[in-house]
Amino acid sequence: MTEARRTVDILVVGAGPAGMAAAVRARESGRGVLVLDDNPAPGGQIWRGGQEHSPSARASSWFAKMAASGAQVIAGARIVDGDAKRQCLTVEMPDSAFEVSYDKLILATGARELFLPFPGWTIPGVMGVGGLQALVKSGLPVTGKRIVVAGSGPLLLAAAAYFRAHGAIVPIVAEQAPVSRLAPFASRLAKHPGKLFQAAALRLALHRSRYRSSCWAIRASETERLESVQLQQHNRVWLEPCEYLAVAYGFISNVELAVLMQCQTGAAGVRVNDLQETSQNQIYCAGECTGIGGVDLSIIEGEIAGYAASGRDDLAGNLFKKRDKARQFAAALESAFALRDELRSLADAGTIICRCEDVTRERLEPMRSWRSAKLQTRCGMGPCQGRICGPILEFLLGLHPESVRPPVFPARVETLLRQEEETRPT
Amino acid sequence: MPSAASFDIAVVGAGIVGAACAREFAEAGLRTALIEAEAIGGGATAAGMGHLAVMDDSEAQFALTRYSQVLWKELAAELPAECEYLPCGAMWIAADEEEMAEVHRKQRYYSERGVPVEVLDTSSLADAEPNLRRGMAGALLLKDDSVVYPPCVAQFLVAQAQRDGATLILGRRVMRIDGNTAKLDDGSILFSDNFVLANGSSATSLVRDLQIQPRKGHLVITDRYPRFVRHQIIELGYLKSAHATRADSVAFNVQPRSSGQLLIGSSRQFGNEEAGVDGKIVSAMLQRAFEYMPGLKKLSAIRTWTGFRAATADKLPLIGPSPGRENVYLATGHEGLGITTSLCTAKLLGDLLLRRTPVINIAPYLPDRSYAVHG
Amino acid sequence: MAEMISLSINGVSIRVPAGTMVAAAVLIAGETMFRRSVSGEARGPLCGMGVCFECRVTIDEAPHCRSCQIICRDGMKVRTG
Ligand SMILES: Cc1cc2nc3c(=O)[nH]c(=O)nc-3n(C[C@H](O)[C@H](O)[C@H](O)COP(=O)(O)OP(=O)(O)OC[C@H]3O[C@@H](n4cnc5c(N)ncnc54)[C@H](O)[C@@H]3O)c2cc1C
Ligand SMILES: Cc1cc2nc3c(=O)[nH]c(=O)nc-3n(C[C@H](O)[C@H](O)[C@H](O)COP(=O)(O)OP(=O)(O)OC[C@H]3O[C@@H](n4cnc5c(N)ncnc54)[C@H](O)[C@@H]3O)c2cc1C
Ligand code: FES
Repeated sequence: MTEARRTVDILVVGAGPAGMAAAVRARESGRGVLVLDDNPAPGGQIWRGGQEHSPSARASSWFAKMAASGAQVIAGARIVDGDAKRQCLTVEMPDSAFEVSYDKLILATGARELFLPFPGWTIPGVMGVGGLQALVKSGLPVTGKRIVVAGSGPLLLAAAAYFRAHGAIVPIVAEQAPVSRLAPFASRLAKHPGKLFQAAALRLALHRSRYRSSCWAIRASETERLESVQLQQHNRVWLEPCEYLAVAYGFISNVELAVLMQCQTGAAGVRVNDLQETSQNQIYCAGECTGIGGVDLSIIEGEIAGYAASGRDDLAGNLFKKRDKARQFAAALESAFALRDELRSLADAGTIICRCEDVTRERLEPMRSWRSAKLQTRCGMGPCQGRICGPILEFLLGLHPESVRPPVFPARVETLLRQEEETRPT
Repeated sequence: MPSAASFDIAVVGAGIVGAACAREFAEAGLRTALIEAEAIGGGATAAGMGHLAVMDDSEAQFALTRYSQVLWKELAAELPAECEYLPCGAMWIAADEEEMAEVHRKQRYYSERGVPVEVLDTSSLADAEPNLRRGMAGALLLKDDSVVYPPCVAQFLVAQAQRDGATLILGRRVMRIDGNTAKLDDGSILFSDNFVLANGSSATSLVRDLQIQPRKGHLVITDRYPRFVRHQIIELGYLKSAHATRADSVAFNVQPRSSGQLLIGSSRQFGNEEAGVDGKIVSAMLQRAFEYMPGLKKLSAIRTWTGFRAATADKLPLIGPSPGRENVYLATGHEGLGITTSLCTAKLLGDLLLRRTPVINIAPYLPDRSYAVHG
Repeated sequence: MAEMISLSINGVSIRVPAGTMVAAAVLIAGETMFRRSVSGEARGPLCGMGVCFECRVTIDEAPHCRSCQIICRDGMKVRTG
């Protein structure tokens, strides 16, 4: 049951770069700020594991600002439900739950990786790129392990560098994008200060021989434990032995909570205006949940949202130019790493698409809508609630996921019980 | 442009009722059309629990549900695995001695009519369902009750109808019916001698003066906890909830799925036609469930959803010709029993259309019964 | 040096630095199969961030715990499969 009730001026969901920046700027107004995050520590995806795992100067500076700001942070707090009309969210903790009412809400729920299925992608040892990186940050030693990195986007190089720095052998980084798109993008990198992209530029220069463009994973084997991955580049197909395959095709915005709160979304993510305000009064949105743009853009959007939510639109306005520039970069990123059509045919008839319910491609192929797919095959009915298979179905079959129903994450049944006097109808 | 297609019978709505009707008619050799505006089994059929229940509110309700169970047993062997047929039986739980008296009354009622039942006392109930709160007075076990996954059953019935020659028109809404034509939302016309309205509470948009009210219900589904409950379990107090015709009500009702998941219900609300989840009623529903089964609290809930039951005033469905519209038949008003009674509804309509002698008396379900009774 | 804590994974006790995530500990213990899927396939972590539910294990008798979001506690009993 939701035990306690809290009230706060400004509530921030997500303690990644966007959420931290929002909290810091909102606190400057003197108003009360509470930050909630599902992860065991603040930092979001890029600064996961807190300061000690993200020694960059920028990370340190934001962790320090955060500590000095006086914003309250609760980690291990997962938002599972919400009510835009009552202006409150339901929060589940490991052993308890509470409701929190807000005056303003800033959603900074970030992004998750896009996975595209191919035969063998369900074998233990095949993980996301950020996924494996997160595990290493949380204590998994990879010294001497062979890790093939594949998929698309600048994260591949940053992650490969990270794995190598932790003693892993990375025999190859397979990027699906063609060199004709990557080369012009690489030349732009130098002008941008973002850490990820600096790393990317560096690796591009240093390890060109191990970085293959127009290259992707077509099959992983064996069934109980990963032993090798088959890669393809142009007409060449070969086997690469490995203990881990880190593979992902970019990012998908986490819009579910915003949708539950009735905020409008567009193709990229949650729709916002100049002040990062959503279509819902009192709700702001910042960072990757508004569209994929990298850490620089996330921080700027967070700052703007923090200023705007605390009534200082002028300060927010000062950052618009900076944000425009970061957005241009995001657009360049998107076109450089656009996904190729061949990836739609990697999964064969028997490849599992929905991993929670083990639904294969051939069962989904005849479906005309996400709703039919769900009702007839159970696709998307499992605990991931369609977060993994939804974007896949969209990419492969053009089916758009349907509306969000509470809980927005699986939650203990008792958490759905509201603490209200008159819960029993007479 | 009027299309050339012409049918003996056109069924509006491919929920479980329409699907069953189409299958019945096609199998009997009628040229059958089935028109569905959205997804097969995507209406109330997708929201329902899928408990195939025998009920004893009235002789008419008993006859309909019991005959349905017989039909389901026949169909069970043909159902593909994804229909999740589970012959788990149902337990009506008596919390106290007063409710236990009702258990004994029901036992006599059902035994006299050949329905296999068993009475459980406090300790045998605790053995049978270890996650129920201790100290319940007892329960009535209805051995023939079972569970299905309705959307896949609807799909299966549609496929059978198609195999027997029925035409499925998916993604088209019937806007109006005049004589032997139906106008669809793309402007096309469909010709049919007869029509069956199996579109739940939306039937009111196609015939006038139809007294059906949407009655909203909520359900919660959990992750997989195999054998946490072994039977469909319902509190006897449910009957009070199901009978209330005005106020919102909740009752404890939990169902094991063949996947190992649990469905937790149930609620009934009138006058709320908004499909969104109502946190207050969910709270009330769960509070009731925890009183009976405290262990539910810690399980992981994956989703909550709502659906609308098409309710009539006398709690019996409308099966038969629509008063004043000879060739328009109704197959709606099934309230909370439409999954169960879908097969029987189809059978009875087939009997009417083909002038076969029905196995049970159809009079109590005929739509003009209110005229027959009062007029 | 990080403080070490001990927990058991499928009955075998291991020691890991404090702060280690359960998913990492399971892999350190040499287990790659975290759970069996509904059709019986072996599965392990995918997203590493709590959204895919592939890393679910039973922790102290509670099933369906996402091991990538839970930090090891001393004396914890983890079961996979
Ligand atoms: C797995 C992964 C790894 C990445 N690794 C890198 C990297 O190494 N380098 C790099 O430059 N970029 C990386 N990125 C991209 C990175 O996400 C962005 O550049 C930037 O961190 C986005 O910041 P954000 O604040 O918008 O979101 P995030 O950093 O994703 O933060 C969002 C936070 O919201 C929380 N959250 C979401 N929903 C809820 C909820 N319902 N309840 C409670 N909390 C919730 C999450 O736990 C998360 O901590 C990675 C992305 C992902 C998905
Ligand atoms: C919460 C809840 C729990 C329930 N539990 C049970 C249970 O355990 N056991 C049981 O037996 N019953 C149960 N029921 C009742 C059962 O779900 C319904 O009685 C049954 O699904 C009705 O089926 P139907 O085919 O008549 O309606 P629906 O499934 O609603 O089908 C009607 C179809 O018609 C379509 N349609 C509507 N208008 C048009 C048009 N103009 N043109 C074309 N198509 C149209 C709709 O899109 C829809 O697909 C429950 C109901 C609810 C809400
Ligand atoms: S690895 Fe995806 S939820 Fe843990």
